[in-house]
Amino acid sequence: MNFNVKIWRQRNAKAKGHFETYHIDDIESDASFLEMLDILNEKLIREGIDPVSFDHDCREGICGACSLYIDGRAHGPDDHVTTCQLFMRHFKDGATITVEPWRSSAFPVIKDLVVDRRAYDKILQAGGFISVRTGAAQDANNILIGHDTAEESMDAAACIGCGACVATCKNGSAMLFVAARVSSLALLPQGKVEAAKRARAMVAKMDELGFGNCTNTRACELECPKGISVAHIARLNREFLKAKFSE
Amino acid sequence: MADKLISKIPDGPLSEKWTKRKSEIHLVSPNNKRKLEIIVVGTGLGGASAAASLGELGYNVKVFCISDSPRRAHSIAAQGGINAAKNYQNDNDSVYRLFYDTIKGGDYRAREANVYRLAEVSAAIIDQCVAQGIPFAREYGGYLANRSFGGVQVSRTFYARGQTGQQLLLGAYASLNKEIAAGTVKSYPRHEMLDLVVINGEAKGIIARNLVTGQLERFGAHAVVIATGGYGNTYFLSTNAMNSNGSAAMQCYRKGAYFANPCFAQIHPTCIPVHGDQQCKLTLMSESLRNDGRIWVPKKLEDVEKLRKHEIKASQIPEEDRDYYLERRYPAFGNLVPRDVASRAAKERCDAGFGVNETGKAVFLDFSDAIRRLGHQKVAERYGNLFEMYEKITASSPWEEPMMIYPAIHYTMGGIWVDYDLQTTIPGLYAIGEANFSDHGGNRLGASALMQGLADGYFVIPVTIGDYLSHKFAEPKTDINAPEFAVAEKAVQARIDRLFSIKGTETVDSLHKELGHIMWEYVGMARDEEGLKTAIAKIKELRERFYKDVKVPGTQFEFNQELEKALRLEDFFDIGELMAYDALNRRESCGGHFRIESQTEEGEAKRDDANFMYVAAWEYKGDGVEPELHKEDLKYEFIEVKTRNYKD
Repeated sequence: MNFNVKIWRQRNAKAKGHFETYHIDDIESDASFLEMLDILNEKLIREGIDPVSFDHDCREGICGACSLYIDGRAHGPDDHVTTCQLFMRHFKDGATITVEPWRSSAFPVIKDLVVDRRAYDKILQAGGFISVRTGAAQDANNILIGHDTAEESMDAAACIGCGACVATCKNGSAMLFVAARVSSLALLPQGKVEAAKRARAMVAKMDELGFGNCTNTRACELECPKGISVAHIARLNREFLKAKFSE
Repeated sequence: MADKLISKIPDGPLSEKWTKRKSEIHLVSPNNKRKLEIIVVGTGLGGASAAASLGELGYNVKVFCISDSPRRAHSIAAQGGINAAKNYQNDNDSVYRLFYDTIKGGDYRAREANVYRLAEVSAAIIDQCVAQGIPFAREYGGYLANRSFGGVQVSRTFYARGQTGQQLLLGAYASLNKEIAAGTVKSYPRHEMLDLVVINGEAKGIIARNLVTGQLERFGAHAVVIATGGYGNTYFLSTNAMNSNGSAAMQCYRKGAYFANPCFAQIHPTCIPVHGDQQCKLTLMSESLRNDGRIWVPKKLEDVEKLRKHEIKASQIPEEDRDYYLERRYPAFGNLVPRDVASRAAKERCDAGFGVNETGKAVFLDFSDAIRRLGHQKVAERYGNLFEMYEKITASSPWEEPMMIYPAIHYTMGGIWVDYDLQTTIPGLYAIGEANFSDHGGNRLGASALMQGLADGYFVIPVTIGDYLSHKFAEPKTDINAPEFAVAEKAVQARIDRLFSIKGTETVDSLHKELGHIMWEYVGMARDEEGLKTAIAKIKELRERFYKDVKVPGTQFEFNQELEKALRLEDFFDIGELMAYDALNRRESCGGHFRIESQTEEGEAKRDDANFMYVAAWEYKGDGVEPELHKEDLKYEFIEVKTRNYKD
């Protein structure tokens, strides 16, 4: 297959970015999108052009590093996948494909398609944990958790922290990301103790870091590679209100 | 200098060794812990759990990772589960049995005392993880669920769907975040260690490159913990993440840490076969699939021909014409034999011409029996996300046709040599998780990597490092202006300058791919003397070409992924060579290491306990010079050493 790839190039955080278009031939339809970029980079290096920087690591959809905005969609034109799980067979032969970094003031560009997502770490540092010390735990089976509750908690815990929800949201809100963590822990008995405090601290940190507000467009849910439901945002709101009333 | 290999295994009965060691270890008082600094390199299960636990104790911890967040470490990709001797299933599991299975699975090349401790602390790991809010799979009564993995006859594996590694890492990362918030841990993401700094024979710091600015930075401490995982990417194609590398271990090796059993690499039997030469990463399908999936190839070569031409589908081949070769060869364990055994058996069938895809390098993993027996819903609950993942990659549905799988490099049992305290031959330098060599011998059992990473990080290193640090609290903070730091930084700078000065024509990846081909061909699933000597010669040639003709674009002082890869490839050459030397020396077949010269008439691996029941610890002797071998004899006092038998 052959493609024209129109890619955002930006030397560093301070430089002004622009699009460059590159032509690439002989791509197998079974190649992944990132393998296509690898091949493009090999070509660029041989031609003396600076290769395109992009974040990637596990290449099996779980580490959350890859973060490309392709043809106007986070992780490209397939549902519920990460960029590394997107295959070239989803594109038309000869197509022009536009590739951009996540666009969000909370995720500044480092270079080309690489952005700085440390804001996510900071939100989790504000309270995305259960305060248990190593060695303090009782026997695991002393905490009984119903099968369905564990499954629901797992649905939320599946978040890979890629940032697609923020990149997709017209307000640049991180509500789905925050809600996934808050909800996953609030569902479990061991996470309930700090649930309200956790919700309040994480939401406050999210606001402080310049993420936008949630206006319930549900776009995040559609583009989440792990299909995390906006129902978790409702649980976050409940915990947040509890915290407000207890003040 | 063989006297450096003092394993420090405590005396006394096996089950009392850890208790005894703990009671001997000197403590550091809370006010003194505040004065002590520890560097942890790597944030996978080992590094994250160690940094968090050391922070809780009150030490000042600096933690480094190469990715944008600690959460991206490759532990995240582990699918199937984590072992623990809880005996929740009442199937007669015990600490002893987990210990025994691990020693046997490792083909009697791991230390008894270390493995027993691993089994001993395994139960506490599950307790800890549940307390952190990890949503393990549950039965309807609310109790924890278990499943089985290869090489064992009990159900002791705890799991969170096919994302167990992700959930355990997020738990350790959450604890790390708690400590970062508390100020005991400082996190340095997008930083890559490029050298170890040793002062008066002790590890005192690292040189790291800030991957965003490109600046070299100095960090000092009273002790350094290496938790940077394995070196599977030496083979270019592996199931490791793209950025996983063995560089930190090689830096320690060059500074005097011995490197143990480098040739023990694990080839995982159930990976998605290679699809073409544009590929750079292989995808693992969890071993848990072998609980219910049956592995087979056709009995008749004419069926193989038809499959390759797409004239028939696997499901059209009648039962009597299928060769369930694992069930045939190993009736007692069947499809759940250990990984090394399953991989070799797949290779044997494919070499005999029975490979089921166009390349001849694939076998079937079939769920049709399981779907009939358990029903669609139950199978979906157990393996749904894995089936989905397989279908996304291959565009073929495991619900209709069997999966196609083939072995690939997955894990490395070898690593930095450590004593019972996990301290290397350099005082003050520790290695944990996959980065060390200590627990898995010649072959690791499934669901034991997560167990070891967390055992080392949560329960071993926080205790043992105190013994060293209890003598150090009076020492001032390490001065990063000391001449040793300047010398180390200058050497790193020279390495970088050299790479940019070459200005050749070949890309880093194209040369790495060639290294991978050499490794897979000569240091892969079957090795012999001639091939290994060829590998050593070819790696030397390739390294020379690299230094003559590699092209590293851009500059040092920017985000530069090609420079990162070039620096790592330099180290992969050294590891590849070291693996070949070790494989050449070990003239026996053992675990993942199969020497063609050492097999039984039936083609099974033949161990040579009389001559090779030792840990091979290699000492660096200079670039281009053959390393020196030191031997740590393995003594089995508590179990009888047997030939591994999975047949009956």
